[in-house]
Amino acid sequence: MNTILFSILSLGILGGVFGGLLAFASKIFHVEVDPRQEAVRNCLAGANCGGCGFPGCDGYAKAVAAGEAPTNKCVPGGEETAKKLAEIMGVEESSAEAKIAFVRCSGGDLNAERRFNYSGPEDCRSAMLFGGKGNKTCTFACIGFGNCTRACKFDAIHVENGVAKVNRNRCVGCGACAEACPKKIIELIPKSQKVMPACSSKAKGAVVIKSCKVGCIACTKCQRECPSDAIHVIDNLAVIDYSKCTGCGHCAEICTRKIIKVL
Amino acid sequence: MSIHTNLLGSLVAISLGAILTNNFIFSQFLGCCPFLGCSDKTDTAAGMGLAVIFVMGLASAICWVVDHYILIPLGLAFLETLAFILVIAALVQFVEMFLKKAVPSLYQALGIYLPLITTNCAVLGVVLLNVQNDYSFIESVVYGITGGIGFLLAIVLFSSVRERVQFSDYPECFEGFPICLVSAGLLALAFMGFSGMSIM
Repeated sequence: MNTILFSILSLGILGGVFGGLLAFASKIFHVEVDPRQEAVRNCLAGANCGGCGFPGCDGYAKAVAAGEAPTNKCVPGGEETAKKLAEIMGVEESSAEAKIAFVRCSGGDLNAERRFNYSGPEDCRSAMLFGGKGNKTCTFACIGFGNCTRACKFDAIHVENGVAKVNRNRCVGCGACAEACPKKIIELIPKSQKVMPACSSKAKGAVVIKSCKVGCIACTKCQRECPSDAIHVIDNLAVIDYSKCTGCGHCAEICTRKIIKVL
Repeated sequence: MSIHTNLLGSLVAISLGAILTNNFIFSQFLGCCPFLGCSDKTDTAAGMGLAVIFVMGLASAICWVVDHYILIPLGLAFLETLAFILVIAALVQFVEMFLKKAVPSLYQALGIYLPLITTNCAVLGVVLLNVQNDYSFIESVVYGITGGIGFLLAIVLFSSVRERVQFSDYPECFEGFPICLVSAGLLALAFMGFSGMSIM
């Protein structure tokens, strides 16, 4: 009987003492953590995509709470999250413009000439090592081994017919694919943008015609006909000024190579 | 391991035993989970090893006191395991809080490993072995610390091996943990060489 009593008492007291000590210690050794940090963290999308430029959502939350980062950097969270963060931090809201990835190439297996048959590892970077610019005659073309697909955490970009294509419903605009693309032909564009030229070739028109059926030959027709002066041919390539573009779609209609796509 | 009348001699014997001949990981198979889990980089492995040294030494000291001044006088030696788990858990919690306040840089460096040690069988193992071997207070503390040093040695050696294995050529089916376990086994075999060493 005594043994049972002693066991219960001694362990109970031991537990009580340790518990008390820990409770006491947590008071003494209490470290102030900014409560806003947790509040900010809870509002974030939690994808840890790194689109904000910080190491994960926790890193961004810490920086926001410390006032070192703007509240509109969470791309997957978009405007809604930016609003919430601004509320928590008590700063004026500056909305994050929703972005989306766009592959500036449409020359897949059907359209772009191949320079050689590549049979190395299925990786865009290793394909780049051969002859410097990949397996297509056009040195700006998508190689199509899907480094972007592997980088995407949202299953939003896939290679179809040898060229990467973004699923606009899934893309959150974190920019991981743009980072992973060794050709740097994936661009983050405003989600509201209606038209985009799907070509990155800065080669001269005559060269483009030989290498790809769907390359920009810098005919400048779009530049001449754009009603709002939003599209210009710079370095042999049509480039849209997002701030001026109204999305009328006229350029897409008249493009001689049909490379300006309506999104 | 017999107890020597000469304290210094026995401490040397205990230390050598804990570090080399009876290494916690390689010959007693205690603490294998952090050994495999935290050994992919040498930095983190060293951090984990240092944390284990610290907790093992402290746990040995406190558990010895609890055992000799509370449990044995009350005739409750059968509660040792339970009481020791309690002590270790509380101790690790306390150390974590203390480090967070006093040495934030060390707290950052140890990171997740400190709470992980709470459930590390090597720590519970060392305090139970102290009882089993009937060590005195000083012997217990030395056994705890040197046991930790043995753990550090093992995990740092193993992480260096793993860092090299990553870049070497091995059959694809061994990718990941299999090759890791094979190299751990080879390392343990190498440590078996020490078991022929006689200490005085």
